[in-house]
Amino acid sequence: MPSVSETTKPEVAISVQDLSITYRTTFEKVPTFKQAITRLGRGERAVFEVEAVKGVSFDVPHGRTLGIIGANGAGKSTLMRSVAGILPPSSGRIDVWGRVSTLLALGVGFNGHLSGRENVVLGGLAAGLTRAEIEAKGEEIAEFAELPEGFIDMPMRTYSSGMYSKLAFSVAVHMDPDILLVDEALSAGDASFRRKAQIKMNELLANARTMLLVTHALGSVRELCTDAIWLHKGRLMLAGTPDEVIGAYTKFLDVGESAITLEDL
Amino acid sequence: MSTIDHSTSVDDSDEYRTRHHVYRPHKTGIPRLGPYARELLARREFAVELSRTSMRAANTATFFGRAWLVLNPLLLGFVYFLLIDILSPKPATGEQFDHLLAGLFAFTLISGSMSAGAGSVVGGGKMVMNVAFPRLLLPFSAVRTGFMRFLPTMGVYAVVHFATGRPTSFVTLLAVPVLGLIVLFSTGLAALMATFQVYFRDTASFLPYFLRIWLYLSPVLFTVEVIHRKFSAVGLAWVAYVNPLYSLFGMWSGILNQGKLPEPTMVIAGTIWSLLVVVGGCLFFMSREREFAVRL
Repeated sequence: MPSVSETTKPEVAISVQDLSITYRTTFEKVPTFKQAITRLGRGERAVFEVEAVKGVSFDVPHGRTLGIIGANGAGKSTLMRSVAGILPPSSGRIDVWGRVSTLLALGVGFNGHLSGRENVVLGGLAAGLTRAEIEAKGEEIAEFAELPEGFIDMPMRTYSSGMYSKLAFSVAVHMDPDILLVDEALSAGDASFRRKAQIKMNELLANARTMLLVTHALGSVRELCTDAIWLHKGRLMLAGTPDEVIGAYTKFLDVGESAITLEDL
Repeated sequence: MSTIDHSTSVDDSDEYRTRHHVYRPHKTGIPRLGPYARELLARREFAVELSRTSMRAANTATFFGRAWLVLNPLLLGFVYFLLIDILSPKPATGEQFDHLLAGLFAFTLISGSMSAGAGSVVGGGKMVMNVAFPRLLLPFSAVRTGFMRFLPTMGVYAVVHFATGRPTSFVTLLAVPVLGLIVLFSTGLAALMATFQVYFRDTASFLPYFLRIWLYLSPVLFTVEVIHRKFSAVGLAWVAYVNPLYSLFGMWSGILNQGKLPEPTMVIAGTIWSLLVVVGGCLFFMSREREFAVRL
């Protein structure tokens, strides 16, 4: 188990115990009644079961940054979403102490027809903040996102993709989170914004905030994280310091799956 | 199947800062109702704001936008009035027009909630995939939108009501609890439609046909008496109650149009239908809620 150091009873921010997540979804991009009828005639089913996470356990104490690495389809994003409470577990248990803010790969809860400001308010209210809290942060969020003059009140469909992700990042870090979940979102914006994002992130971490970081950029894990775990096909392969885990992961990538079996690790 | 279980049970005074969330599976497939209801209540402002912004986006805040909300059902009322006038042997009366409008406006509340509800979860897209909140807020918000669009039509109805000289008394006040039942009924249907739309994205396309047929089968164009007579003639008077709108609109129009107290059977049937649909619809929605995040 990573990061539960020997220090006397660390205050845990996230505790994941024997977590398994299974869900059913469909092959079809846009499922329709029409197709369902046709399939029924042929006796087919378009539903399949995904075992995204299998028996994963770990703890993250307050103030630590946990990097989660692994190949595509390893269950990293599913794990993040279940910690965020979006996808509850099929078995096992997750305890989260503190306010969670998410910055997930799929984009942010943004509706293109509404203005940036309206989206920020809606997202905040959905996440359980009060209107007063959101309004207090409004200007700061817009300013940090470096949106061109007036864009915050324009419909979001007029935004460039960079503006979109910069606003998303800004919202996530300004919601006063105790725990920040970041999924592949560090690449937001241009080089100067990335630097600013890095500084803000370090600032949050310095205030003993906890962070979970999913990324394919192993450099970011080395730089930002205090601990790391490696997931493969839904199972926890290794937990330890970023160097250890990255080392094992890259070795695994080089050697290939056949040479290293689960038992070796 | 599992559940979001926001146990807010923490000793600290500032519950926001030190909130303890527990996520674990649930055996019945439905989130624990107590915490779920608490979260719904705590985040009701989100539903209100969502409905407000969507109405703003649909230009309903402008004068003509608002006027259209009234004009549309009113014009529809004229069309059906003409239809009744042509089809019935006797010329249509002001009383019939009043009955027609009362029913049509209430039906628009139900149909509006259903079509807005159908789009609510699928339209919530990225919000549903990225933020944890009780999803029932989405259809609830759709019902609020339907209700806010319904309110101005009641102003028009009031004018017609007095102009056609329909009775107004303390009985008229009973329309309020009946409206409450209609809103509950709409809420259940909005939740059902929202769920169906996730699994079958063409639900919203079928909906207008279904709604049109339902309108013709309900006591809107015809009175409850006409429907009752038809079924009684073949000795199947109870069949009329299979349509929830028979009892709900029977009460609604009886109170507004006739100024008479609803019959006990109507009250019982209408109440049972409303509660059945709202409880069933919401529970069904909640039982499917977890899958929304992976089905969108």
